[in-house]
This record gives sequence, C-alpha cells and structure tokens, in this order.
Amino acid sequence: MEKLLELRNISKSFNKELVLDEFNLYVKRNEFVTLLGPSGCGKTTALRIIGGFEKPDSGSVFFEGQDITDLAPNKRNLNTVFQKYALFPHMNVEENIAFGLKIKNKSKQYIADKIKYALKLVNLDGYGKRSVDAMSGGQQQRVAIARAIVNEPQMLLLDEPLAALDLKLRQDMQYELIRLKNELGITFLYVTHDQEEALTISDTIVVMNQGYIQQIGTPESIYNEPENAFVADFIGDSNIIDGTMIDDLLVEFLGVKFKCVDTGFGKNKPVDVVLRPEDIILTKPDNDTKLKGVVTSLIFKGVHYEMDVMVNGYELLVHSTKLEPVGTEVGIDVDPENIQIMNKPASEDEEVASLED
Amino acid sequence: MKIKGFLRGFGNFIQRFYIVFLLIILYLPTAVLVMMSFNENTSTFEWTGFSIEKYKMLFENEDILESVVTTVGIGLLSALISTVLGTLACIGIMAMSRKLQTVIKTTTNIPMLNADIVTAIAFMLFFVRFFGGLGTHTVLIAHITLTLPYVILNVLPKITQFDYKIYEAALDLGATNFQAFRKVMLPDIMPGVITGFIFAATLSFNDFTLTYFTKPAGFETISTKIYSAVRTKGIRPEHYALATILFVIVLLILFIVNYKGNKNEGKKDK
Repeated sequence: MEKLLELRNISKSFNKELVLDEFNLYVKRNEFVTLLGPSGCGKTTALRIIGGFEKPDSGSVFFEGQDITDLAPNKRNLNTVFQKYALFPHMNVEENIAFGLKIKNKSKQYIADKIKYALKLVNLDGYGKRSVDAMSGGQQQRVAIARAIVNEPQMLLLDEPLAALDLKLRQDMQYELIRLKNELGITFLYVTHDQEEALTISDTIVVMNQGYIQQIGTPESIYNEPENAFVADFIGDSNIIDGTMIDDLLVEFLGVKFKCVDTGFGKNKPVDVVLRPEDIILTKPDNDTKLKGVVTSLIFKGVHYEMDVMVNGYELLVHSTKLEPVGTEVGIDVDPENIQIMNKPASEDEEVASLED
Repeated sequence: MKIKGFLRGFGNFIQRFYIVFLLIILYLPTAVLVMMSFNENTSTFEWTGFSIEKYKMLFENEDILESVVTTVGIGLLSALISTVLGTLACIGIMAMSRKLQTVIKTTTNIPMLNADIVTAIAFMLFFVRFFGGLGTHTVLIAHITLTLPYVILNVLPKITQFDYKIYEAALDLGATNFQAFRKVMLPDIMPGVITGFIFAATLSFNDFTLTYFTKPAGFETISTKIYSAVRTKGIRPEHYALATILFVIVLLILFIVNYKGNKNEGKKDK
C-alpha cells in the first residue's frame, strides 16, 4: 500500500533538550496508526511537526510524495483534532464546523449540506445552533471532529482527543472513532498515553519513549511479543524475570526449566523473560509440580482477582478468575507459547533509558 | 443586651453616614455646577429661577463649539491609532521572552506615572527642535503617547488569557495568519480592546497639560479654550453648560463600560 505520510530523520529539541532523535516513521493510506508512549516521549511533538505547528531542527516530512517540511499549516491537506478541542468559543456549533469551509469560499448551499452531514455523522443532529460553551466534554469532542472532517482531509491528526472524558464515554468514543474511520476512509494518526485505548482502536501501534521508537506492530504483536522491557512494562501488566536460554525451545527461570517456542538466542544466554499475569496458571501443588509458591496478597478487580505469589524469592503478579486465599500454597505453570523471551539490553545505559518513566 | 443592640445600631448609622458624607464631598461641587448651569441669573451666583439660557449661549458660541469638534476629533483619532498600535504591541510583547516582557511592561508604564508637565515640556522641546514647530500632528503624537500605555494595560491581560490553541486550530482549518487573527483572536480579546479604546479617548478628552504645550497657535481643545477664556474674562455662562454636558457624557460612558463588564463576567461564570 502507498505511503501517505513519511517522516525522515526528524530531530527536534526544545531548550537543548532532545525530544525527537532521528525519528523515522511512515503511515500508509487508510491506516489507523497510534503513537503510544508516556508523557514527554515526543509523540505530541511528532504530531505538531506533521501538522506544521513546529519546524523540525533537521529531517523532512513527506505527504503524498511531496516534501511539506516548510509548508505552512494552513496549506496542508490534513486536519487536527486538538487535545482540549480548541473550539472557537464565540461561535456556535454550526459556525465552528463551517469555519474551514468559509475560509475556502465554498457556496452557502455546500456549507449547509456539509454541516448537516457532519452533525449526523457525529450524532449531534439538531445541535447546530447550540453555543459550544453549553455542551459537555463528549459533545465538544464530537464538534471538534466534525469541524475537522468537513474539510475532507487526506489525514486526520488526533492529539489525545479522549483524554478529558470519563471512562465510559471514552470507551464509547473509541468505537465511534473506529466507525468514523471506516465510514470516511480517512487515514487516522492518533496520539495517546493510554495503552488500552491504543490496543482497542489501532491497526498499527508505534510505541515511543524518550524520542525513540521502541516497537512498531499490530496491537496483538505489541502485546504478545514485546521487543524490550519498556514495551512489556508499558503495555499492560507484566512480570519481567531474569532467565537463561539453555538451548532453542528451552528456557530456565526461577530455578526451573520451561519449554518455550523461541529459537536463535544461542546456548546458555542470559535473557529477560516476560510473563503476562493472565498467562500464569495456578494449579493444586502435588509431587509433579516443578514450581511452587505462596499467595501473599489478593485484590478483587471485577473481571478477575489480582494476586501476588511469592516464588523462590520473586513476587509474581497473577490474574485469575479463580480465587486463592492469602497463604495458600499453589503450583505454577505457563504454556510454552505464552513465554516471551527478550534479549537483555546491550548496555546499562540502554536499560536505564528504557525503564525510566 | 440592650447596650449591645444600641451599639450595633450606632455602628450601622456611622457606616451609612460615612458613605453618604463621602459621596457628598465627592459630588457636591459638581452638583452645584450642574444646578448653576440651569440658573436664570448669568452674572452672579444668586438663584433667580430655572432657565436653559446658558445652553442656548453655548450653542451660539462658535469658538467653543469648534473646540468641542477639535477635542472629539483628536480624542477619537488618537484613541483609534493607539488602540491599533497598542493591540499590535501586546501581540509582540507576548512573543517575547519572559525577561524582555517585564522590561517592556515596566517601560510602557513610565508615561503613566511620569508627571504630565515633564512629558509635556519634553515633547514641546523635542517637537520644536526636530519637527520644526508645533501643529495638529504634534498634539496627535503627544496624545497617542499618553494613551498607549492604557491600551496595553487593558489588552495585555486578554491576550495573556487567550488560548493560543484556538489560533492554531484556525490555521489548521486553512486560515492565514491574518484571517486567524481577525476571525478568532480579535473577537476573543475584543472586550479588552474596546475598554482600552474608551480609556484612551477619555484620557485624550481630559488632557490639558500635554495639549497646552504641544499645540500650535489657534488650535484649541475644550480644556485649553476654557483655560484661556477664564484667564482673560473669567468663567462665562456657557462654561457651566459645557461642563455639565461633559460630565453627563463621561457618566454615560462609565455606565456603558460597567454594564458591558458585568455582562462579560456573567458570561464567564456560566
């Protein structure tokens, strides 16, 4: 598929602090791409460079094959949905939506039709004359989206658009966004620090930290096969344990050898082992059990119980729908395909950089 | 208990009395002036009956009417120019570093605190030496300088409060910088701009010192006209009427500004 947007070697610093370093990224047409990372990781800066609100110190931005690095924001064929909506406070809903079309001198009839269509699309039929001040956060968000899409941009940039909404509304809006994207056929580039949100809505997730891309992949691959400790830790809960790759398909951690599905790490190589809390199976211990532990704490989370299990001096986080009271002795097992093996960071610097935040 | 109640009552009385006393002191002279403007007697202070004779005299006195036109003309023109310059200056100030901002804000405050007579003489010397004499333009320049700080004082807080994100949103939707300023930023800071304009116009109307030192011969605003008339012939009957009209106009402006201010506050509370 065609590359709609491409960032090549973008570097940007503020007050001598490097925010993006040799940043490379491309977005294909019709993709829903999410930049995911903790605050200060450079994701918003990347979005602002694409929108034209910041100039990169070096590197270039390509859009539909054209170099747009020096193009003013008003000349770019893409629109932004801002973090706190940035609606025009002295205009009503209709006037907000019509702003871009009026600037482009569209006919009255065209504008009226577009407003009607956009209001319907974001489920705000009949709200046209309302003052934007008198609307709830969710409604304002919809107006902001309507205001952007009536201009028929090739690409929509969304800067944490749901961050200010409450949980339930946020989840509803996530599905709305997916529906909108499919209906409109516009490419979405989305920025968020909420990993669950990213997993729900994206075709592709770009995990970022400290100005560097940590991993690019589908939600499934990011979650199931994190490439380093930062990604494993940032996306969902995980247990990251020191281990040794004895041989292909065999790994040792917590003093016990486990079968796994990974190959090519070499023999007796130190590695990081990632175990997702929901992948750990608690069993009734008997003589065949190779790994035993004791439940040390128990929290009810609604969907599941969250337990800490002390195993050979290491505290494992376990999610299970079956309750094991504190003090119970349990056996521990993991399916081979649920053991994720990662190379140890090459240097201590790299480790520090990836584990901060 | 009875004594306590009495004391409280007395306290309330003192409070009210004080406010009334203060208002009397403040407005009695003006009230006398307004009353005298309707006195039939045009030569002495003695009340002989109600009449609008003094107002008739005022509207027949072409010299005074001309000075009114000059005052209003200079006032509106200087207020307009200093509002435009001041608003642009505020945008510039916002783009500066914090340190430079403080320097500029302090500098713009100096003309407000400086004694008028010092500014006036400085201007006169400057104009005579470098402008080759005094004219309408020198009065205009002096008035703009006088009023500019007040415009900045009123507009700057509005621009500080302005959410720059909505300006970016306008650019994002295809607006040029000028369109974004006119359609998004200006409506937002308009209350400050209008207040600044009214302040500037009022200051210009009221000014005597600067005008007196920077005006050419034959150029008279209301203040300088009355001043020279009083010096030669004493207070004329027309002056009562003129002063009363000016007072009423200022009062009206004050009401309008306060009403608008309250309305805007109410809007924000919602």
